[in-house]
Amino acid sequence: MNLDFTQMTPYIPYMLEGIWVTLKFVAVALLIGALIGTLLALFKISGPAPLRAFAVAYTSIFRGTPLILQLMLIYFAVPQLTGYDITPFLSAITAFGLNSAAYISEIIRAGIQAVDKGQVEAAQALGVPYRAMMKDIILPQAFKNILPALMNEVITLTKESALVSTIGYLDLMRRAQVVGASMYRQFEPLLFVGLIYWVLVMILTLIGRKIERRLKASDIR
Amino acid sequence: MISVKGLVKSFGDLEVLKGISTEVDAGQVIAVIGPSGSGKSTFLRCLNKLEEPTGGTVEIAGFNITDKKADIRAARQEIGMVFQHFHLFPHLTVLGNLTYAPMKVRGESKAQAEEKARTLLKRVGLSDKADSYPASLSGGQKQRVAIARALAMEPKLMLFDEPTSALDPEMVKEVLDVMKDLAKSGMTMIVVTHEMGFAREVADRVLFLDQGKLVEEGTPDEFFSNPKTDRARDFLEKVL
Repeated sequence: MNLDFTQMTPYIPYMLEGIWVTLKFVAVALLIGALIGTLLALFKISGPAPLRAFAVAYTSIFRGTPLILQLMLIYFAVPQLTGYDITPFLSAITAFGLNSAAYISEIIRAGIQAVDKGQVEAAQALGVPYRAMMKDIILPQAFKNILPALMNEVITLTKESALVSTIGYLDLMRRAQVVGASMYRQFEPLLFVGLIYWVLVMILTLIGRKIERRLKASDIR
Repeated sequence: MISVKGLVKSFGDLEVLKGISTEVDAGQVIAVIGPSGSGKSTFLRCLNKLEEPTGGTVEIAGFNITDKKADIRAARQEIGMVFQHFHLFPHLTVLGNLTYAPMKVRGESKAQAEEKARTLLKRVGLSDKADSYPASLSGGQKQRVAIARALAMEPKLMLFDEPTSALDPEMVKEVLDVMKDLAKSGMTMIVVTHEMGFAREVADRVLFLDQGKLVEEGTPDEFFSNPKTDRARDFLEKVL
């Protein structure tokens, strides 16, 4: 065994900064994904035929190709095609945002369609308009179905975010590589950020469980 | 109140209703009975367009709902509906279930809607459940709340789709009692039911459906003691 964590000490603040960098870009990507994903889900459920077809094709393409390919395409193709020198951050949030939109749209669609059809009929029979029915009756119930799967997506996104190290974005992963290269020891910094990823995911898991438990409570009151 | 002419409903190649015509006057209580698969529920659901009729006309509560231009939401506000499986809104309290549509659709104030809701809850014997959630109620209680929810819209008539079929036997009576009380108050009611006792005692008229056709109609006395058709006789032999 030839492990020596002491050499890494001066680099620790530098690597810890990566937490913030990673979280920042994951949060922005998630926001983009949630917005576009909700829109796509509504297209799929009740949009006119062309929009529905678009949403289905979109999902198929973004789920059917590797995320790293999408990331590379955006980072390398945009400058080549338009001459605009896209930053790693912008490429990263675009690729991850568009990609998670596909997954989130499926999560939301499934969550809405899992709500008992009788709920729609009950609302219709009372003369409730479509928008109000969605907002007040269907979506609050769908949310309970959606939340656990959505939490999963957040966790996946957090881990997969390490892919952005390939385009030189200075996230947790990339910082571990930089530190490894400068001290000629790869193992320790990789282990260190690995631990950080794990802790982040555990925290997200706990938050998810807590929210889920709170939502379930309203079932039995 | 209701005028149905030549009502046809098909699901793909399957013709479920094969031309049904009937009239219902205000204040009448109609029991719709027949074997399962006879089209009784489909008939009822065509009356508020939860199923889109394939052919024929339906005029109800002053709306010609088979007219493409008809304001179906306005018509539905006049037509209360009670489902076999209640379909209460599980994330709202009992009071929330009763006040949601009156506030949202009829534009009533919260105070107004709640006052009416409490009166209705008293009427169905559930005053103490106003703040409960549906999950904590028994089947019979849920169905009584569902009836109160429909009444909160102050409908001109009420449709009941097998309101006691999903209930444990000991809870059937409490729901039927509420319905009897409603019938006595003069409400126009169309009730799809397997409760022959209720049909006999409360209905002004019985519609007997079989294989998508209105085979026989008449007063409960005529129908139950002296059915005119073989099919009605067969059916009654099995259920009575």
